[in-house]
Amino acid sequence: MQALYAQLLVGLINGSFYALLSLGLAVIFGMLNIINFAHGALYMMGAFCAYFLLNLLGINYWWALLIAPIAVGIFGMILERTLLQWLAGLDHLYGLLLTFGLALIIQGVFQNYFGSSGLPYSIPDVLKGGMNLGFMYLPVYRGWVVVFSLIVCLATWFLIERTRLGAYLRAATENPTLVRAFGINVPRMITLTYGLGVGLAALAGVLSAPINQVRPLMGENVIIVVFAVVVIGGMGSIMGSIITGFALGVIEGLTKYFYPEASNTVVFVLMVLVLLVKPTGLTGRAA
Amino acid sequence: MRNEMVVFGIMAALLAIVPWTGIYPFFVMQALCFALLACAFNLLIGYGGLLSFGHAMFLGTAGYCSAHALKVWGLPPELGIIVGTAAAAVLAAVTGYVSIRRQGIYFAMITLALSQLLYFIYLQAPFTHGEDGIQGIPQGYLFGVLNLANATILYYVILAGFLFGFLVIFRTINSPFGEVLKSIRENEQRAISLGYKTDQYKLLAFILSGTLAGLAGALKVFVAQNASLTDVEVAMSGQIVLMTLVGGLGTVFGPVVGAFIIIAMQQYLASAGQWVNVIQGVIFVACVLTFRRGIVGEFAHYFRLSL
Repeated sequence: MQALYAQLLVGLINGSFYALLSLGLAVIFGMLNIINFAHGALYMMGAFCAYFLLNLLGINYWWALLIAPIAVGIFGMILERTLLQWLAGLDHLYGLLLTFGLALIIQGVFQNYFGSSGLPYSIPDVLKGGMNLGFMYLPVYRGWVVVFSLIVCLATWFLIERTRLGAYLRAATENPTLVRAFGINVPRMITLTYGLGVGLAALAGVLSAPINQVRPLMGENVIIVVFAVVVIGGMGSIMGSIITGFALGVIEGLTKYFYPEASNTVVFVLMVLVLLVKPTGLTGRAA
Repeated sequence: MRNEMVVFGIMAALLAIVPWTGIYPFFVMQALCFALLACAFNLLIGYGGLLSFGHAMFLGTAGYCSAHALKVWGLPPELGIIVGTAAAAVLAAVTGYVSIRRQGIYFAMITLALSQLLYFIYLQAPFTHGEDGIQGIPQGYLFGVLNLANATILYYVILAGFLFGFLVIFRTINSPFGEVLKSIRENEQRAISLGYKTDQYKLLAFILSGTLAGLAGALKVFVAQNASLTDVEVAMSGQIVLMTLVGGLGTVFGPVVGAFIIIAMQQYLASAGQWVNVIQGVIFVACVLTFRRGIVGEFAHYFRLSL
């Protein structure tokens, strides 16, 4: 039973990353109509940012949680202003191709300087150790990742679904021209939205740095799983992305316990099943 | 159509004299395999509007199956090619059935995820030998007479395979079937309202494209004499997209030009390590932002030709 709970926890942690990443993808897709292939590379940049902050500047984990998403978010906003904005009005596929190219560039540059091996990032002192919950041993840091991700996801949901800014955002997703006519600066909102989505990816990167090590290709496979998550959940609903992300992480964790050979593939197999049964995705409307 | 035939004649003649020019034949053979692969990919994106981000799965599957048939079962080359191509066709039928259920951007993500699924299967399946791949594949005698270990003979066999695949695609896009495909690309809803069962057309195009990509994979086995995981990786799918984009999406000859350029670049930059990826990324970005018609597309546009 211990092993089952341990794998469930690993599943929840991976689910946290899937949720944060697919949430960012959904937010970006809603505003920019772009599937951000560079999301995995930006997640990796978040982890590297934390690593640099600690090892070059001596800035600790807690500040990295704040600074890394902002820094990578600003980097993302520069990308949006200089490159992505020219794609407005073109076929969605060009956005995918452009961001795929960006991912190649970013990952290639990091690989060139840091190779393919992992760099260690130690867990902050406060979150070291573990708690005995009676039925299982809970490493504090892992519990923290799950709880904190959940809070960030819900905060993002609240921001978009329950605040005035979020209302503008949703309105601009539906009809940008009309929202512009009301005097709202839609291009700036698009830039900020991209920054927000990218910042969420970078935050996931910082959270994963002590668990998965900091590697140039750490986002390469994750992003493809997240694509499958997005296909399963559909991108129409923020809460849908969050729930699907966590749920698939848990399912993956359970698979690791019951049938480890399939743990790499279970999400993709589920995607196939969902497509066969409900082609529009679990929460999505027809594309 | 007429100037396309003229260009085709010139291309075939140029490729036919390669063994006498002193150009390294293995480079051209490799490029021809990728050219056929890119042409097959282009049939979907350029004429059907479907961006497959997982075409490496057909290349890799056909490669593994051909290699296994040749080395373990000891089949002659012609049957080895058929086994690999047929395996890709079956795979295309299954994956096509799943992926055509969604359009546009979702289609790209689904094909990508499916190819990653196959990657993990091949990573674990015993017959692929995991990270080592299948190596030392015998080339044998095609139809019992043509010695494929001879570079010149092998070159002409590969060239014949490429020209065959190219003509099949050329014929397809100029047929009534191809016209319906183009109408689906332009406006699927209207094609449906005109009574076409667009799902069937898309599935058929997907199977044809996957099968020809499989033919390219089976031919490549004789050139490289190995089958490995690199052929199933996402990076490979990305390269196929890049070749077609550089040459020109939706042009007949663009994928061929693009494949030669990208393969030549990789040979030339082989020592540059990870910078190759960075350069390919830069080409992607530059093409999408400034050069969406590709080389052949820009050329055709400027001279008002259809190529």
